[in-house]
Amino acid sequence: MYLNQFLLLAAVLFCLGVYGVLVRTNAVLVLMSIELMLNAVNINLIAFGAFRDNVIGQVFSLFVIAIAAAEVGVGLAIVLLIFRNRADIDLDELAQMKG
Amino acid sequence: MVAQNVVFGILAVVMVAAAFRLVTTQNVVRAALFLAIVLAGAAGLYILLAAEFVAWVQVLVYIGAVVVLLLFGVMLTRAPIGRDADLDNDQRLLGALVALFMLGALGAVLLDGFGDDKVGEFSIRRTAEVSDSIFGAYVIPFEVSSILLLAALVGAVALARRD
Repeated sequence: MYLNQFLLLAAVLFCLGVYGVLVRTNAVLVLMSIELMLNAVNINLIAFGAFRDNVIGQVFSLFVIAIAAAEVGVGLAIVLLIFRNRADIDLDELAQMKG
Repeated sequence: MVAQNVVFGILAVVMVAAAFRLVTTQNVVRAALFLAIVLAGAAGLYILLAAEFVAWVQVLVYIGAVVVLLLFGVMLTRAPIGRDADLDNDQRLLGALVALFMLGALGAVLLDGFGDDKVGEFSIRRTAEVSDSIFGAYVIPFEVSSILLLAALVGAVALARRD
């Protein structure tokens, strides 16, 4: 197995996540796209860990998983708060802070 | 090695197809289910790279918790459950261009940097080795991440509660 096949697959997934973040208007869908990007990073970490034959890649990916769980919890709380205040989570409509 | 490449090919095709549908589907619940497929494929890749503990953490935390949390988010925000053509903004072409440019740049760098490197013989890392590393060299980041999780928990409750 080439190292690159894992890295290129992760790059494809990451770019699809970037596309999702740029294009989606629903905040929950944007959070899903962010999870996709974090997952691509995790694949990279595990692949490099196997490439170097050490355990550090796995440890780092566990940290990434923990922080992603925290991120999605806080992110959904913010989305819920926006929904409660505006009855809408369309990100294109969120322009109150625009000068 | 041939069997591993076949498994990788199947997983890669399924993951890329599901990720593509995730960012293009017009149904929010289906998007969450496609995300679950991508995450399961990633768990398969971790097994392929002999990272069994991370694979099971992936199944438990991502598929078990994060996807369910996202589905709860869909439910609580009353996102359109059925088919709704208004989930994308009008920047599709621009977004696709940015993503393709990024893919090209990343691919060129990866092909240039790791052209012929092989994931050769790697030893199977047992859970004990992972935990020895977490509770040995990385114990301070581990404690910091537990504080972060606590802060996120309290923050999420404080944000979401009605008062």
